[in-house]
Amino acid sequence: MQYIDNIIFIIALIVGFRLFFKSLKEIYRNILLGRKIDRSDRPAERWATMGKVALGQSKMTKRPIAGILHIIVYVGFVIINLELLEIIIDGVFGTHRFLAGIFGNSFYNAFTATLEILALLVVLAVVVFFIRRNFYGVKRLTMKELFGWPKQDANWILIIEFALMAAFFTMNAADWSLQQKGAGEALGYYPVSSAVLGPLFGNFSEGALVILERGAWWFHFIGILFFMNYLYYSKHLHIIFAFPNTWFANLEKKGKFNNLASVTQEIKLMMDPNADPYAAAPEADPNAVPEKFGADDIFDLNQVQLLNAYSCTECGRCTAVCPANITGKKLSPRKIMMDTRDRLEEVGKNINKNGKFVDDGKKLIDDHIQREEIWACTTCNACVEACPVLIDPLSIIMEMRRFLVMEQSAAPQELNLMMTNVENNAAPWQYNQADRLKWASE
Amino acid sequence: MDFTLKTMAEYAAEGKSPEVLFWVGCAGSFDDRAKKITRAFCKILNKINVEFAVLGPEESCTGDPAKRAGNEFVFQMMALTNIEVLNAYDVKKIVTACPHCFNTLKNEYPNLGGNYEVIHHTQFLKQLMEEGRLKIEGGSFKGRKITFHDPCYLGRGNGEYEAPRMLLEKLDAELVEMKRCKTNGLCCGAGGAQMFKEPEKGAKDINVERTEEALSVKPNVIATGCPFCMTMMTDGVKHFDNTTVEVKDIAELLAEADDL
Ligand code: SF4
Ligand code: SF4
Repeated sequence: MQYIDNIIFIIALIVGFRLFFKSLKEIYRNILLGRKIDRSDRPAERWATMGKVALGQSKMTKRPIAGILHIIVYVGFVIINLELLEIIIDGVFGTHRFLAGIFGNSFYNAFTATLEILALLVVLAVVVFFIRRNFYGVKRLTMKELFGWPKQDANWILIIEFALMAAFFTMNAADWSLQQKGAGEALGYYPVSSAVLGPLFGNFSEGALVILERGAWWFHFIGILFFMNYLYYSKHLHIIFAFPNTWFANLEKKGKFNNLASVTQEIKLMMDPNADPYAAAPEADPNAVPEKFGADDIFDLNQVQLLNAYSCTECGRCTAVCPANITGKKLSPRKIMMDTRDRLEEVGKNINKNGKFVDDGKKLIDDHIQREEIWACTTCNACVEACPVLIDPLSIIMEMRRFLVMEQSAAPQELNLMMTNVENNAAPWQYNQADRLKWASE
Repeated sequence: MDFTLKTMAEYAAEGKSPEVLFWVGCAGSFDDRAKKITRAFCKILNKINVEFAVLGPEESCTGDPAKRAGNEFVFQMMALTNIEVLNAYDVKKIVTACPHCFNTLKNEYPNLGGNYEVIHHTQFLKQLMEEGRLKIEGGSFKGRKITFHDPCYLGRGNGEYEAPRMLLEKLDAELVEMKRCKTNGLCCGAGGAQMFKEPEKGAKDINVERTEEALSVKPNVIATGCPFCMTMMTDGVKHFDNTTVEVKDIAELLAEADDL
């Protein structure tokens, strides 16, 4: 029976990771529902962008308070996860503080002490974040679109992180207390937990301390597995997706919108004076899907836009700078991203249930995103500039406008007038093209 | 007309080609306020003997408002027509006082077969200044305060924040920045075809919000580099019944400095 611990540990590890990969596979499948887009050009620039923005957090510090706290949690969390490595080795092989033997005493001391200090910083940051989010009234964190799950989600993440850190300290403090009693080999140096929790544990019996240490150790381990699997349901998915998301980011000038190639063909044909208007239409490919312009659902968005939706942190930095939102209009670029993800998840569940997507009579437009939101955008790119993980909400808004105009002819009346003018008079106003030089003689 | 002006067709008839094509744009051609910007810019080019031409009746809308409203058909119809004209004249370099034309010509035409060096008029004026062709005497602006409103399609859209500021600094005025400027600039509310429709319901209009911010730095002049921003900010200033603050395009300020 002496291996029972190790066996349970290995089973938990396998189950945890399998569930996690299952979620990732599902997300991957959902992203592939979008249209293909080639974003493999300029790889060097892409790696550099990812390094700078995702790894280097270059956009976070634009809002210094949130930025610095975030970097603390981020660095702390990454480094503390090195500890996961030790936990796994110890768990599988039944060793205790395996890295101590590899690192040697003094380096292991430095290692454990560093982790403790980072963990303390994480705790402080998490507490400040919690207070700021719930009691401080930062506008972008208290908006209507966050009511319900998004708000709870944000709080749960903070609570889980806090609990993980608390377990980490408990484990260390109990271990340290055992070491003080001469019941364990003296390994590691624990400046924070020995000072804060150590005195509390002073009177505990050896047995109680062992239980406490093991309990915290297991809690910490299971907690990490849980957290990993929680990600799928959470905006916290960005801790993974920020990386591919920044890699696939749009590297073009923000003002440059794509030109639809299918439209070009048609117009070139229209404009070609040699084209015979009475000629039979070229043999149609019977398998060709009729070209659809723009997007009314997630299937018409491209795969990077769907990746964007999964990467959104719901931080609202985009919404906070959106001129439409600032002046009280319904448009919120964050909500555009959240809606896209919600719809994508809805479709994903539909596929899980039916084996393939069965029409549910719903669309991204109207059922999630209102036309009023779509028409309020000034295409100013403020949201794109603000996003810390290089998400492009504007591109989704534009695809939906294209759908409304080119598939449904459902633009606001004044815009129809403008477009007719452009078409007929070559200007958005009703002036004669022949008068284009009048300004010179006035 | 107190400046000379030739069209591309006239140049072609002489068997010559100008240094640069001035793309006037729809606002610059038809909007009464924006026409003043167009004329001011022509006067500056005249004064320093830059050979330039306009297309006149051969120019069409670039298609920007249609594209941003979602109408790719109308956009490409305009674009392909314009490209045909531009390529027929073998145009190499285009300058325009409208960031929307600038952005579209520069970024969206190449993919349709229109490859030109496209620059905004503030960039062109800066080039001319650096080449020593344009001299800016700013004496008359001493003691005045100017704040610059970044047009989205020049700034965030294309990363140009310096050219307009460099020109303004030469005017010897005091350049004051609004809190939301450069990459953080706030839209005037006209972009994305909003110029041509009523805004969606909200608490206030975007141009009012923006003008409020501009007025809060107590400028004598709100400088713009876009005919649409010009309209929005001018309306904003009127909204606040302010009769002392002027809204001026950078080209107008430079022409004024030179008494043109
Ligand atoms: S581009 Fe549109 S959605 Fe984004 S900030 Fe500007 S107005 Fe808002
Ligand atoms: S799109 Fe970007 S800025 Fe907006 S909420 Fe999501 S992560 Fe934040």
